[in-house]
Amino acid sequence: MSRISEKFLDLKQCNKTCLISYVTAGDPSISLSLDIMHALVESGTDIIELGVPFSDPMADGPTIQRACERALKQKVSCFDIFELVKTFRKKNKTTPVVLMGYLNPIERIGYEKFSKLASDSGVDAVLVVDLPHEEAEDIVNIFKKDNLESIFLIAPNTQVERINKISKFASGFLYYISLKGVTGASTLNIQETEAQLKKIKDNVNLPLAVGFGIKDADTAKTLSKSADAIVIGSAIVKIIENDQESKTNINNGIIDLMKPIRLKLDSNISTET
Amino acid sequence: MKTTSKQNLNDFNQLRYGYPDENGHYGVFGGTFVAETLIQPLTDLKNTYYNLKNDSDFLGELYSEFENYVGRPTPLYFAKRLTDKLNGANIFLKREDLCHTGAHKINNTIGQAILAKKMGKTRIIAETGAGQHGVASATVAARLGMQCVVYMGEQDIYRQSQNVYRMKLLGAEVVPVTSGSRTLKDALNEALRDWVTNVDNTFYIIGTVAGPSPYPELVRDFQAIIGREVIAQMQDLDKKVDALVACVGGGSNAIGLFYPFINSDSKMYGIEAAGNGLETGKHSAPLNKGKIGVLHGNRTYLLEDENGQIIETHSISAGLDYPGVGPEHALLKDLGLVEYKSATDKEAIDAFHEMSKVEGIIPALETSHAIAYTMKLAKKMKKNQNIVINLSGRGDKDLNTVAKLEGIKI
Repeated sequence: MSRISEKFLDLKQCNKTCLISYVTAGDPSISLSLDIMHALVESGTDIIELGVPFSDPMADGPTIQRACERALKQKVSCFDIFELVKTFRKKNKTTPVVLMGYLNPIERIGYEKFSKLASDSGVDAVLVVDLPHEEAEDIVNIFKKDNLESIFLIAPNTQVERINKISKFASGFLYYISLKGVTGASTLNIQETEAQLKKIKDNVNLPLAVGFGIKDADTAKTLSKSADAIVIGSAIVKIIENDQESKTNINNGIIDLMKPIRLKLDSNISTET
Repeated sequence: MKTTSKQNLNDFNQLRYGYPDENGHYGVFGGTFVAETLIQPLTDLKNTYYNLKNDSDFLGELYSEFENYVGRPTPLYFAKRLTDKLNGANIFLKREDLCHTGAHKINNTIGQAILAKKMGKTRIIAETGAGQHGVASATVAARLGMQCVVYMGEQDIYRQSQNVYRMKLLGAEVVPVTSGSRTLKDALNEALRDWVTNVDNTFYIIGTVAGPSPYPELVRDFQAIIGREVIAQMQDLDKKVDALVACVGGGSNAIGLFYPFINSDSKMYGIEAAGNGLETGKHSAPLNKGKIGVLHGNRTYLLEDENGQIIETHSISAGLDYPGVGPEHALLKDLGLVEYKSATDKEAIDAFHEMSKVEGIIPALETSHAIAYTMKLAKKMKKNQNIVINLSGRGDKDLNTVAKLEGIKI
């Protein structure tokens, strides 16, 4: 069983919602990224999504674009990120790591080589933001061969027929974009999101994560009733941006943000079981 | 094959050349590389376009706008003095600079704006580099009574201040883009973000033959009026077209001229911006110096570093300052159907002056790249042969740039 499936199974057994945290690798530096990954796990993160910086992140908002720019200023490459994951795995063998990025840096390395290096370093899955399933068949097959899972996005305007097609290519979990917009945007309509999540759950068997625009514990808690996992991204990246110099401040900021979300997600567990 | 549905907008049946395929691929190029949120609006756009492109009401409206608003057909002008001076092949200019707003861009924006109206959209967004596409979008938005927002890199806003003011006069909002290199590619990123967010009421008018499917195809089809007119005009003159020359940034004016000639034996030359020189690394010539990659929704030739990050480009002309190129040009290069050459900043500036003084036509700096190459090409060809240059835009917008280079304050 894959590390991701195992994680979802464990959480399900204790009736817990999966908490997924996104940070851009190499922001503010590769060595601090390592500390941040461990801090995320300590403050309740179940799965880490590691952004692969790209010069033109068109699906991301300004917060994550600036994170990409900070990482790229230091010439952070995919190879640096593989090393980062390898080092992370020396201490942590159970937290799944998902790489999230754009296709071009992967094409530069080549699908086969990227897949093998990612898998060898301890990466569990890859989400290529600008790769819809129509263009994804080759890369998904290569990933499969190396035991990497392929995460796909579903949007508020994705039709049911298409959701079914996407789920044929997807493994690990599905990632529902909770709003029409870029990462970190602020117009999340909770009722609409809940309705859409239910529609997806009726149609697919994979665990369902929801992200884009979730900034606080209350929203996370509300959505956790209709999703298996909650993704927090831009809110974490903002903490890193505000305090780039100090490792202690970043770690404290992450704990201050994530602990209440974890606690809120875990509240009422006993009454529900 | 769905070629029968193309006959109205593309009169010349493409028997040996049937691109794009049904998924928007041009060989290995093109495609739809976007986040999931954009799939549905792109599908809607494609369906609308495919339903309308043979529709007589739609075509009637389009051709009426071409004639009465854009000012088509544009003249095909024999540049006698330039021809005599170079002492080589005859040079003809397809005068797209005489289109309303001063460039070929409006052929496409009027087409897309009519599509937008048919789809019930009330808001238009566009990205712009030199400002010509922004002006052309603002113009058609005013014409059809739609709201218009134009994204423009801060660097380009500085280079093209007159066009910024023109857009504002036309009622558009111009949003400065401060991310990345603050040029065309960053404006495109911002426009895509706007579209993702406001997809319900907004139509995104892409200005060139790049972007996700179906944009490269529909922009080409709207611009192909240029080449179709050239065929008819040269037939009227009883002249054979031996060579076609056009500048290539994203490549919309070039594909507009070339596309109806793809099955002919006319030679075609697309001219990229060599900036300071192809060997200096400071240029905008992905077809000459790029690698295959994925950016802005399509696979094409790109200027990128060893890690697949897009690099900053350079050209004296804002309209050519882009790290990618339309996927169909990438295919035409690989098929050997078009030769892609380049001209440096300096060659373009020299050609700019030459055309102004010898023919009384001040060309856009983008266009000047095509003129610069033609001045070399004409000398190598026979005197009874004919070259058609796409004179894609007029140079008024570039007066500040050229004057500044010469230390003149205007």
